[in-house]
Amino acid sequence: MANMAEAVNVEALGAKQRRRFPHINWLALAMIMPSVIALLLIGLYPLLFAVSLSFQRFLLNRPQNNGMFVGFENYAAVLNDPLFWSSLGRTMTMLVIVLIVQIVAGIGIALLIDSSRWRVLNWTVKTALVIPIAMTPAVVGLLGVLIFNRDFGLMNYLLGLVGIEKINWLGDPTMAMVAIIITDIWQWTPFAALIMLSSLAIVPHEMVEAARLDTKSPWMIFRHVKLPYLMPGITAFMIIRTADVLKLFDMPFTLTRGGPGVSTELISLYVQRMGFRIFDMGVASAQAVLLLILCIVLARAYIHFFYRTPEAE
Amino acid sequence: MAQAQNLQTNLLAQQARAIARRRSRIPASAWLQLVLLLLLLLFILTPFYWMVSTSLKEQNDTFAIPPKILFTPTLEHYNFVLFSPSAIVPTGLQNSLIVATFTTLLALLLGTPAAYILARFEFRGKRDLWFWFISNRFISPIVVALPFFLIARDLRMLNTPQALILIYLTFNIPLVVWLCLDQFRAIPRDLDEQAKVDGCNLFQSFWRINLPLAIPGVVVSAILCFIFSWNELLFALILNRSTGQTAPVQAANFMTGFGVKWGEMMATGTLIVLPVVLFAAIVSRHLARGLTMGAIK
Repeated sequence: MANMAEAVNVEALGAKQRRRFPHINWLALAMIMPSVIALLLIGLYPLLFAVSLSFQRFLLNRPQNNGMFVGFENYAAVLNDPLFWSSLGRTMTMLVIVLIVQIVAGIGIALLIDSSRWRVLNWTVKTALVIPIAMTPAVVGLLGVLIFNRDFGLMNYLLGLVGIEKINWLGDPTMAMVAIIITDIWQWTPFAALIMLSSLAIVPHEMVEAARLDTKSPWMIFRHVKLPYLMPGITAFMIIRTADVLKLFDMPFTLTRGGPGVSTELISLYVQRMGFRIFDMGVASAQAVLLLILCIVLARAYIHFFYRTPEAE
Repeated sequence: MAQAQNLQTNLLAQQARAIARRRSRIPASAWLQLVLLLLLLLFILTPFYWMVSTSLKEQNDTFAIPPKILFTPTLEHYNFVLFSPSAIVPTGLQNSLIVATFTTLLALLLGTPAAYILARFEFRGKRDLWFWFISNRFISPIVVALPFFLIARDLRMLNTPQALILIYLTFNIPLVVWLCLDQFRAIPRDLDEQAKVDGCNLFQSFWRINLPLAIPGVVVSAILCFIFSWNELLFALILNRSTGQTAPVQAANFMTGFGVKWGEMMATGTLIVLPVVLFAAIVSRHLARGLTMGAIK
């Protein structure tokens, strides 16, 4: 008995000491370090490399003077490049459109599934929602080439049924951008719907019932009872999708390659072209660093909204 | 006898009326929901169906206007992309499989112990470390692709699966750490104490007790890692341009050259997409959680 009490005491003392004088648990360190080192090497080191490249002259095709320090010359080149600003503007325009459509449609779809009584159909739709999200974006782009084909594409055929004349989707600068936006909406609205569905699942049933006593208007119930529960999901979706649209490369690459001309060249496509078609890694890196700053701001915002207390259980 | 029969008809009539009542109780709004849900299903599935059906159509049927819904399916395109002497798709799928499998395994190997430690220990800088892990989700791949190309070139790792296996860890490790961290937190700490009493050290307690209990989370994160790695194009396009092409790179190359072979293109697309769509259906409940790094349960 005495022994056990002593053991407990020692244990408690040990814990107290550990708290006051945190010593290093080497085994724990050994378990966490491999992943930290891996991310430092493949995640952080390339970023720092990109920053240093952005201050150098670095041409892949004429490597004579590579590595020469050029100060902010590359940044000046980027900021004075109308193509950079137009690709960024294009990306932002697309972002605003897809965010609005996807959030509104996502909420609509979630409310529809949530309130419908057709169990089997609900389940089928929920499973089907996963398909566009999982589909390889490069393949989605290829599929877009087929569907938006002017002469035998499905899109023009369906529009023809309602009397709209054939549209030269991929040959017209504006319509090519519309095609990319439609494709993105098809692929990512289901993601919004899935988020909204899981948010709706936590709306307390009693609150909806209580609200029904006060008002008959489904809009009022949605606005004042359900919407507050959806807000975190909407915020998460907005930040994640902003990052994803800034990243967007695969689908537009196979769908339009940025064309016709540069009319659908989104920011990621332009940086890639600058680095690997124009071969100017210095300027491309300066563009990438500016993009990186945007990414970091987004990440900070996301963390601020969603992980304020990561230890809380 | 007659009475019994009467009773039976009575019962039947009652049942019929009950069914009729139940049917009439379905309000108009529910029928509207039915129509909307079916339209939604049509909208989601039509492009997918279009891909699969084009891959099974003769080239002539592809161009038919109005589109042919009923057609004699042919496997010639699959036969061509998989078994013709010049077929490259099998190598592409094989490369994708190798890359996605190994990067997933490596991410699990590195990520699960880290997740366990993060779930069990408090230490200075934990929050910052944790945030940094999550931040990797937001970094645009093109930012790291430029320097990674130069690094891989200097290390002579261009056109090898190793380069892709390593670079995919940038998004796979954070995913594994996040999803498994949640899983480890749900395991009661008493089990750790018990293991300590039984003479297990920290690693043994992780490996023998916690990891087996965390298998559901581990499997979900593994499947998500596999899907994202399998689908990735940008890094693969830049790093493995000549040999070691993954399947998405081959798909992207379809658009160059003359006379697009739609059937073969869609057969290739179907072959690429099918495994990940099946995987995604398995983890459909966790897809939103994985894509939002756990902000949405």
